[in-house]
Amino acid sequence: MSDIIGYILIIVGILFDIFGCIGLVRFPDVYNRLQASTKCVTLGTILLLVGVAVISGLGATSAKAIICAVFILITSPTAAHAIAKGAYASGVKLWENSVVDKYAEESKK
Amino acid sequence: MRRLIYFVLAFIIWMLLTWQLDAQVIIAGLIVSVIVALLFHEILPKEYRVFISPVRMFWALVYVPVFFYYMIKANFDVVYRALHPKMPIKPGIVKIKTILKTESGITALANSITLTPGTLTVDLTDDGDPASRETFLYVHWINVKSDDVEQATEFIARRFEWFLKRIFE
Repeated sequence: MSDIIGYILIIVGILFDIFGCIGLVRFPDVYNRLQASTKCVTLGTILLLVGVAVISGLGATSAKAIICAVFILITSPTAAHAIAKGAYASGVKLWENSVVDKYAEESKK
Repeated sequence: MRRLIYFVLAFIIWMLLTWQLDAQVIIAGLIVSVIVALLFHEILPKEYRVFISPVRMFWALVYVPVFFYYMIKANFDVVYRALHPKMPIKPGIVKIKTILKTESGITALANSITLTPGTLTVDLTDDGDPASRETFLYVHWINVKSDDVEQATEFIARRFEWFLKRIFE
C-alpha cells in the first residue's frame, strides 16, 4: 500500500517538474521563468522526496529525504530571490508587455 | 541561551542524518555541534524564541498546512499559465508594505510570497524613516491586479502576515 502511495507521489512530482520546465521554456523573460521554475520545481522535488520517504518507511533513508525536503523548501525561494535581484541589478529588462515596474520608478528617485 | 538552542538543533539534525546510536557517532556529533553553535551563533537568526515557545510552535504547525495549500494552488496556477496556448500573463513589479518587524519574520514572508500564487520577491527596502520602520517589498507579480501599494499588500501579504506575526513577533 505504501509503495503505491509513494509511486503516485513520485509520478505527480515528476509531472510538476515537467510542467515547470515547459513554463521555463515558454515564458518570455527571466522573472516569469523564475516564477515557473521556483514553484513547480520546489513542489515537484519535495513530492519526489516525500514519495521516497513513504516507500522506504521509517529509517535512515526517509529521515534524510525529509531533511532534504525541508532544506529545499528554505533555500529554493532564497536562491530565486538572489537570482531575480542579481538579474535586475545587471540590467535585465522586464518583458515589453509588462504593465508596471515600481522598482525602476523608485530607484530613479 | 541562543547557543544552547542552536547546539541542540544542530545535534538533532546530525542524529537524524546519521540515524544510528553509536558511541563514536554521538561523540563526533556533540563535538561538531558545539563548534557550530559557538562559531556561528552570530549569523544564525536572532529570533530564537520560536524554538522554545509552545504558542509560537503551535502557530508554526498551523501555518504548515496553510502554506502547503497556497503552494499547491500556486503550482496549478503556473501550470495553467504555462500550458495555456495564449499564455495569459500580465507581469509587473509591484511594491507592497509589511507590518512585520523582525528579520526572521520578513524572511519567512518573502519566501512564502515567492512560493505562492504568481508572485516572486525581488528586493526589500525600508523607507528610511526610523520612527515608523516600515519595510517595503518589491514583488514580481505574474498577473498584476492592482499597482496600488495598499491593495497589492491586501492581495499578496495579508494572508501570511496574520500567521507570521504570531510566530515571529
